[in-house]
Amino acid sequence: MAKKKEFGTLNINSTLYTTRISSRFEERVPFKKQDPFNVLSFIPGTVLDILVTPGQEVHKGDALIILDAMKMQNSLKSSVDAKVKEILVKTGDRVPKGAALIILE
Amino acid sequence: MALKSKIKELKEKREKLLLGGGEQAIEKQKALGKRTARERITALLDQDSFDEYDLFVEHDARDFDMDKKSLPSDGVIIGTGTVYGAPVAIYAQDFTVAGGSLGLMHSRKITKIMDHALKMRMPLIGINDSGGARIQEGVNSLAGYGEIFFRNTLSSGVIPQISVILGPCAGGAVYSPALTDFVFVVDNISKMFITGPEVIKTVLGEEISMEDLGGARVQSEITGNAHFFASSEVECFEQIKKLITFIPWHNGQKARPFESAEPLPDYDIEKIVPDDPTLPYDVKDVIRAVVDDSDFFEIMEHYAKNIVIGFGRMEGKTVGFVANQPLEMAGVLDVDSSDKAARFIRYCDAFNIPLITFVDLPGYMPGADQEYAGVIRHGAKVLYSYSEATVPKLTVILRKAYGGGYIAMSSRHLRADFVFAWPLAEIAVMGPEGAANIIFRKEILSSDDPESTRRQKIEEYKQKFANPYVAASRGYVDAVIEPSETRRFLLHSLAISENKMIQMPVKKHGIPPF
Repeated sequence: MAKKKEFGTLNINSTLYTTRISSRFEERVPFKKQDPFNVLSFIPGTVLDILVTPGQEVHKGDALIILDAMKMQNSLKSSVDAKVKEILVKTGDRVPKGAALIILE
Repeated sequence: MALKSKIKELKEKREKLLLGGGEQAIEKQKALGKRTARERITALLDQDSFDEYDLFVEHDARDFDMDKKSLPSDGVIIGTGTVYGAPVAIYAQDFTVAGGSLGLMHSRKITKIMDHALKMRMPLIGINDSGGARIQEGVNSLAGYGEIFFRNTLSSGVIPQISVILGPCAGGAVYSPALTDFVFVVDNISKMFITGPEVIKTVLGEEISMEDLGGARVQSEITGNAHFFASSEVECFEQIKKLITFIPWHNGQKARPFESAEPLPDYDIEKIVPDDPTLPYDVKDVIRAVVDDSDFFEIMEHYAKNIVIGFGRMEGKTVGFVANQPLEMAGVLDVDSSDKAARFIRYCDAFNIPLITFVDLPGYMPGADQEYAGVIRHGAKVLYSYSEATVPKLTVILRKAYGGGYIAMSSRHLRADFVFAWPLAEIAVMGPEGAANIIFRKEILSSDDPESTRRQKIEEYKQKFANPYVAASRGYVDAVIEPSETRRFLLHSLAISENKMIQMPVKKHGIPPF
């Protein structure tokens, strides 16, 4: 099927092994701690309504933006007390999963 | 004579029904590179062995103009026959008739042959080629599927169940193959998914083709739903026939024995494994150096390639092989390879097939993506299935066997019957480099020349622990053997294990880390 891959080096517990590296391992997303100041879409969908404006103070739990997805209205809430720095989308935008929507500070 | 004319009438009725959906529909099927249901049955079964049942079954649905539709044999063909002399029950959905859609009578035919298979204790082969539920028959179609899934579960572990996906198999329908033992797919013909591309587009806005979503390659390489991949229906059928020669017809017997055959001289077992434990080799060559006729029948070849599973024969008798593959990801155990191995181990245990395990792994794969994917509970499946298995279990430790990997790969502690180790084997808590970093941390950090202390400690650890003798001194390894003696030791152990009988504690069933 797929053509034979070249060998690479894999570090398992400080020992370096010569072996083929799987594409799953190569394409893995390294862990990144969730940044509460970057509001990302958790699901692909369409921006239905933006509830805040730049400069606005928000509290933890306040709804920031409504995403239309899976035939439901999903409201994304802030997980911190912060101020809205920048809004990166507009109503009607179609966004993929993990897209940056709003930046807080 | 009245009989003569009645026979003539029977033949005419039969001829008409044998055409299925008619010439035009057959042309369409051929244009897609697919054979008709009847052609498939004829190709798979031994010549003249097929007896058909329920040819004259008709639906009695009335909603949505169904009463105006005549569907030959209600779109599915059922019957019995033989494959290389092994009796099999078979059904093949007929895509030329209403797209092979499943209605009540269609499902009744399938469940009828499934009941026969279970009662008479013979393998069941299901050829899936269907657009799915016959919408016009509503809940009756759902009922039909439910009755099929229940029987797949009932028969699981009693008779071998084989699914062949030779067309679409979508929505609920796809659960029947998932419940069976082995799924065969063919490039560009098989399509398996729960929800199709149109619905995905509407609901999630994702654009993806049928082939990219659930085609044969996807199922063989990514999802692990398929066990055998073929480039054509012809190749697929050769695989099915070969598989059937390896397995028993039901769980009360062992697989048919063949004549013994020596491994081919092409495989020199002493030349395969490199001395350096960090260099790769193809563990399938080790299997071929040991197995009858060097004939190793691999299963799930394209999925989780860091572990190898499949059937071979030892002195004519079927054996199941599990082996870490250093060629891929250093042979680590991870989520997918654990699933692949565990289910196969349980299959062999259910059908009285002894297990031979070749061990060469550095442990389980570290990383957040593995941990989040549940490597803990998936990895536990390997421990569970080896422990649970009461068939003869033979283990050969070829090279590395570190930490949890050593335990999981059919160790003495999980009640392997015979554990052998090659002189190259390193049975230790971890590799020398990792050990130096942890055990000798203080000495290295407080040394004037940390790097040379580190190298010295690595060497010390290697000398003392990276060998099979510490484990052998405890009886965890039964014998340290020369590679050239491997086949001999395995054959003798298998002969001794012929009448193995052990009892597990009485229970309805365990609670494996599903």
